[in-house]
Amino acid sequence: MAPSTLSAALLIARKDLAIEFRTRTAFFSALVFALLGIVIFYFAWDPTAVAPIDLAPGVLWGIFTFSGLLGLQRSFGIEQADRAIDALLGAPIPREAIYLGKAMANLVFVAAVQVIAIPAVELFYGVPLFEHAAPLALLALLSAIGLVAVGTLFSAMAVNTKLAEMLLPVLSLPFFVPIVIPAAQATARLLAGRPESEIVGWLKLLVAFDIVFVAACMLAFPFTIEE
Amino acid sequence: MDWLFAIAVIAIAAALTRVIYYTPFEAIQGPAQKIFYLHLPAALAAFFAFGVVALASIAYLWLGDPRLDRAAESSAEVGVVFTTVVLITGPLWARPVWGTWWTWDARLTLTLFLWFIYVGYLVLRGAIDDPSLRARYSAVLGILGSLLIPFIHLSVYLFRTLHPRPIVIKPSAPSLPPEMLTTLLISFVAFMLFYLALVRQRYRLASERDLLALEEAR
Repeated sequence: MAPSTLSAALLIARKDLAIEFRTRTAFFSALVFALLGIVIFYFAWDPTAVAPIDLAPGVLWGIFTFSGLLGLQRSFGIEQADRAIDALLGAPIPREAIYLGKAMANLVFVAAVQVIAIPAVELFYGVPLFEHAAPLALLALLSAIGLVAVGTLFSAMAVNTKLAEMLLPVLSLPFFVPIVIPAAQATARLLAGRPESEIVGWLKLLVAFDIVFVAACMLAFPFTIEE
Repeated sequence: MDWLFAIAVIAIAAALTRVIYYTPFEAIQGPAQKIFYLHLPAALAAFFAFGVVALASIAYLWLGDPRLDRAAESSAEVGVVFTTVVLITGPLWARPVWGTWWTWDARLTLTLFLWFIYVGYLVLRGAIDDPSLRARYSAVLGILGSLLIPFIHLSVYLFRTLHPRPIVIKPSAPSLPPEMLTTLLISFVAFMLFYLALVRQRYRLASERDLLALEEAR
């Protein structure tokens, strides 16, 4: 009896996270990239002309997307060595489980980077993000789900092309627009001390995006596998 | 020369002649407004082209017929050309009328992202050699791209309404006088003919290419 989709997915996620935990190369490069980005953006603007509170939301979510891409690139890249992907495909599990497992591992990865990068924005920009911890955590989770849903699928596609990892940003970034805009706008509202009801519309947009693209990407994934 | 292509070229020439010589100037915008007869038909043809890409992509994943993939490929390429025309004629028109080349209006932003999505689609096609893999991947992106369009539209629309621009006023579509409407319709038909002719040519090229690949593989 083949294991159920969810338990197989958890197994794959655990495998990917174990590889990442033992090497930690992608995590540290994504983290250092995020911190560098946060610092560079601060110096790229004149702080007397643009207040850090206006700058922080855009920087936070812009950097979040780019550092997320670094992690996503590895997702299927690690399966290319010794054609490990063949073993995954040969396993008696549904194809959706492979996608789901990869996506869960990527979600943990992206969330782990966020857990350090968001406090870093608070620290370097001196903006009161922690006062809005609960809505911000919800925003971070919803954005991460959408980013990972689309990014995992494109990562699976990109590794089989001639351009490999160079293709991932070209394919993914247009899809991250409806994530970055709501996340940054909602964060700006929170930081400006507006009532939380003002961000409900943006949250709904993110939820809709997550539902549509998690479903669509899971359905599309079996078509992206090289038989 | 291909007969449909010849008809399309004649239709475009006729439409342009009518635009230049037989259509009155708009009262306020003057001659600058005449670019409208290129701009709107090109935009409609581009939207139509991307609609064809989405439908052909869905049908390809369902039926697996390589002809559907060639249709999606051809339509996407022609759609990108028409979107480029829209993105070039738009700023040319906006500069004298709005006083700026570009503004982050919802519709402009959406068109720009359409261009990015389908240029990405063409880049993806160019990056895969195996025909069946290329067809499947392109179909997946063709479908996801069409799902993305409403989300981009909604987010840029909300973005704009939350931050209203003080000066930029987009002229709401005026009810056109009959001469202008006729010109627009003629121009639209000409552009659709041109779209069909280009896609037909491009489709033939794709067929020949696939045939050649098959011969070489033998």
